[in-house]
Amino acid sequence: MAIAEREPALERLPWTAVLHDWVTTVDHKKIGSIYFLMAVVFLVIGGAEALVMRFQLLWPESRAVPPDVFNQMFTMHGTTMIFFVAMPILAGIANYIVPLQIGARDMAFPRLNALGLWVTLFGAILAYFSFATGGAPAIGWFAYAPLTEHTFSRSAAADFWILGLLVSGVGSVSGAINLVTTVLTLRCPAMTLRKIPLYTWMAFWANVQILFALPPLTAALIMLLFDRNLGAHFFDAQAGGSPYLWQHLFWFFGHPEVYIVVLPAFGMVSEVIPVFSRKVIFGYEFVAASTVAIAFISFGVWAHHMFAVGMSRTVDIFFGAMSFLIAIPTGVKLFNWLATVYGGRWRMAAPMLFSLGFLSMFVIGGLTGIILAVVPVDFQLTDSYFVVGHFHWVLIGGTLIGLFAGVYYWYPKVTGRMYSERLARWQFWLFLIGFVLTFGPMHISGMLGMPRRIYTYPVDRGWALWNQVASLGALIQAPSYLIFVWNLFISLKSGAPAGDDPWDAWTLEWATTSPPPSYNFETIPTVRSRRPLWDLKHPDDPDWKYE
Amino acid sequence: MNGHQGYQESVNMSGLILLADGAGAAQNLSIFSPVSPPAESIRSLFILVLAVTAAIFLLVEGVLLYSVVRFRRSPREGAEPPQVYGSIPIEIAWTAAPALICFLLALILSRTEFEVRVNPDTPPPGSKPLYVTVIGHQWWWEYVYRKYDGRDLGLITANELHVPASEEGVPRPIYLTLQSADVSHSFWVPRLAGKTDLIPGRTNHMWFQTSQRGLFLGQCAEYCGTQHAHMLLRVNVDSAEDFQKWLGDQKKPAVDEAAARAGRDVFLSQSCVNCHRVRGTSARGTYAPDLTHLMSRKTLASGMVPNTRDQLRNWVSDPQQTKLGCLMPAFGLSGQQVDLLVSYLMTLQ
Amino acid sequence: MAPAGRSDSDGGTLSPGHLVTLSPVKVGMLTFLGSEAAFFGTLIMAYVYFLRQTTQEEPNPSQVFRLPMILAASACLFSSSATIHVAEKALRRKSQEAFLGWWGLTIVLGLLFLLGTGLEWKNLIGRWGLTISRNLFGTTYFTLVGFHALHVTIGVIVMSIVFGLARSRQITAGNVTGVEVVSWYWHFVDGVWVVVFTLVYVVGR
Repeated sequence: MAIAEREPALERLPWTAVLHDWVTTVDHKKIGSIYFLMAVVFLVIGGAEALVMRFQLLWPESRAVPPDVFNQMFTMHGTTMIFFVAMPILAGIANYIVPLQIGARDMAFPRLNALGLWVTLFGAILAYFSFATGGAPAIGWFAYAPLTEHTFSRSAAADFWILGLLVSGVGSVSGAINLVTTVLTLRCPAMTLRKIPLYTWMAFWANVQILFALPPLTAALIMLLFDRNLGAHFFDAQAGGSPYLWQHLFWFFGHPEVYIVVLPAFGMVSEVIPVFSRKVIFGYEFVAASTVAIAFISFGVWAHHMFAVGMSRTVDIFFGAMSFLIAIPTGVKLFNWLATVYGGRWRMAAPMLFSLGFLSMFVIGGLTGIILAVVPVDFQLTDSYFVVGHFHWVLIGGTLIGLFAGVYYWYPKVTGRMYSERLARWQFWLFLIGFVLTFGPMHISGMLGMPRRIYTYPVDRGWALWNQVASLGALIQAPSYLIFVWNLFISLKSGAPAGDDPWDAWTLEWATTSPPPSYNFETIPTVRSRRPLWDLKHPDDPDWKYE
Repeated sequence: MNGHQGYQESVNMSGLILLADGAGAAQNLSIFSPVSPPAESIRSLFILVLAVTAAIFLLVEGVLLYSVVRFRRSPREGAEPPQVYGSIPIEIAWTAAPALICFLLALILSRTEFEVRVNPDTPPPGSKPLYVTVIGHQWWWEYVYRKYDGRDLGLITANELHVPASEEGVPRPIYLTLQSADVSHSFWVPRLAGKTDLIPGRTNHMWFQTSQRGLFLGQCAEYCGTQHAHMLLRVNVDSAEDFQKWLGDQKKPAVDEAAARAGRDVFLSQSCVNCHRVRGTSARGTYAPDLTHLMSRKTLASGMVPNTRDQLRNWVSDPQQTKLGCLMPAFGLSGQQVDLLVSYLMTLQ
Repeated sequence: MAPAGRSDSDGGTLSPGHLVTLSPVKVGMLTFLGSEAAFFGTLIMAYVYFLRQTTQEEPNPSQVFRLPMILAASACLFSSSATIHVAEKALRRKSQEAFLGWWGLTIVLGLLFLLGTGLEWKNLIGRWGLTISRNLFGTTYFTLVGFHALHVTIGVIVMSIVFGLARSRQITAGNVTGVEVVSWYWHFVDGVWVVVFTLVYVVGR
């Protein structure tokens, strides 16, 4: 079903010309690829930061890593993973895939797209430049005031961190403006909003969230910058300022942020599971509607990160109830995915393997979230390793594992080659076993009283065993990421040619060559339902008869 | 790791083992071993929630496992399975059921919220409450004993909290008022209660009460800087009589032994007085722990190391060796000055 | 058999799912303004959060504000929304000269607003010693009003570029969409001032 010719290879040009092409590109596919590459580099850096911490926590009262270094590690690990890995990788995949899925030629604002990319990268470099001040900031990724005020964080490290996030934030918001506009205005004719693929739908809503969640963080960062450098008093309790204000503003951003990074992963498994179960998604409208519910409710739960700070009982209960509320549409999605597999005829391949891993792991992370939403229980568990276990479970067992599914699903489209299934299996099992061993015990040490962000712990707490298992898990996980990167790299050369549609899939990106030509589509197929290629392949039983 | 650090570590390790209640035994900080009503309410609620989530877990994973096993495609099959687009009744069912569970949980949690977070101004009738203000510092705890059983106390100590045990018919609730002198901290002793933060510019409240005597451990649970990990909590629950005795001892001014005068003079002439207080002398610093009855404490550096002559020596000559990053610098004292100082400090019973 | 309510995909007609009246540029500006609303909303909320405190400090709002000056500057800004609207209509009518005149007037009114703000700040800093670090009122006031003034400044700069391009006929009636979205930005900045003015100079005194 190739509807385009392959373009003359750029490889015959000198490397300087190729580099110039990539650096000055405004093509969404190239920009998406560079975002992806940036994210992979920072994933390795952030992973190294984690390994330093897990090494230090192996033995009680270990003096392997000094306290200020450890504290810099958890600050930069969190900052890197959220802002320089998760956001860019999701922006990259959305950049590449969304225009293809809606039958568009490129994003709405190609030059703004390029600006967003380079600004995001520049922000990451700015934040890491803090190491040049003598050490990265040691403030935690959510940087509570007044620890971040100049009095308590004297070096310029925190200022570089703030500036890096401000600059990256501009990149994120400009990307969001672009994605939202693209989905609203550049869909091919007859593709109404009710027919767009679920990945595009979820990426769209995640970007709507970015539009409203990032600016409050921008404002808070500016306030902190003013406090630190202009003598302002926003968070300065001595002058009537409020540490609470920082927490409220940060989490008003911070909670929608975690849905910003998980919704696209939800979208990816919403593509993979139907294709590999050979069955249309069960309850498309409900999966779509629950996405909107999650996007809205996510702005109303932020203070569940603040249950121990002394808010009134009524406020506590309100946020607890809202946190339960958001569990409901999340559950609806999960059940619909299960109902898609059920009664299908699923076949094994890396995308499906990771999607099944996602289904089994995410439910656990969601349930520990419900536990934390029970406010009095949270009084014990907040700020303990139970929370560290919970959020890594949803971010890694949810976002990252869903991301792996999406990457393997679209790898043939992007590169024109099949990845190595064998390497992917090795990655999966090492990753899964390592992940469970790393973060499972954290739930236990949290329940045994271990707080978070401690560079070491006393010998008589009974926490050593759990920390050692967790560190062992990290050692098992680590090579899996290297295998992943190696698989992506080596398959570029030695992977079997993939063809346009190796998975027998149903959405528009599979109706062009792999990789797509620069103009994306020679001709765009008729769109009468949510699965245009299914209709083409099954003219006797098309979707639009039933939708 | 050089020789000095190795020595330091082995001293620390042996000291820490001595610190544990029961030689070498691991201390219990589990939220599943509550000894106080707030912690007990939370545990009961937690077990209920665990049961609910475990049931959901088994159900969902069961369906997943079944689907994965039952519906795997055999390589021979070619035709697509029946395409099922959805079912509104099923969607309603699996939206309503979780909604109902969540609604019930919200009601239950509200009740526990009101049990756990009570108003400190209304202690139950017949009780003998103790009121202590806890002030969090980077990286130690200041305790201001305000009132016990209706009597004003006005006593200031540091780092090891002593409270009276409740008895049959005589509840002794402990009401803590939480404040901070610098950044945000959090008071967490899991067996006694959930954690509550200490936020600068703000006063928070928490309470606990127990009839079980002994030592209960915890630590700061809100990242507060370099040595957040060593802002340890030690709550000693004494019998009512022991507590009274302890109060009486603490209220006395500092011991003034003639033999230790030389050391006391070193103390008063060095920078010590800028930060520390020793009641009955001219040392009235408020920035660092009160040392009036230093030797009544079992640990130094907020629970980090045992309170022994060797540890005191190490601390006074260079606190950074024990607690790197702490706000007390090395003062470049001579060996003789350190010896005199330590001898003086060890008289402060 | 097309699904009910949808037009067929013969590549020509756009179906009701599209925002047929809004171009990408317009949707882009709307989403940008949405994010700006979230930004200003946060600064405004912070101002409100501290209002009880800031009205009791020294110096405080009821002492330092000179209402006549602020009202004059605000009047300039509010009327500039009218002039920019007239300018846009002129461009649609292809009256390049009228467009230039009204657009230029908008720029002048914007500059007058900035001048008024500058004079107000000279009074606050010079006469009252109120700076961003003086007290919490100074902090919240200069941050909120300052970021608004920054947005006005950016608007003036962009409008000046448009003015220059229009004078050399590089912007004509065919570019009305771009001019329109610039005017939306200007109306937004104006709208923010309605809220900020009411909060800072009326309610918060």
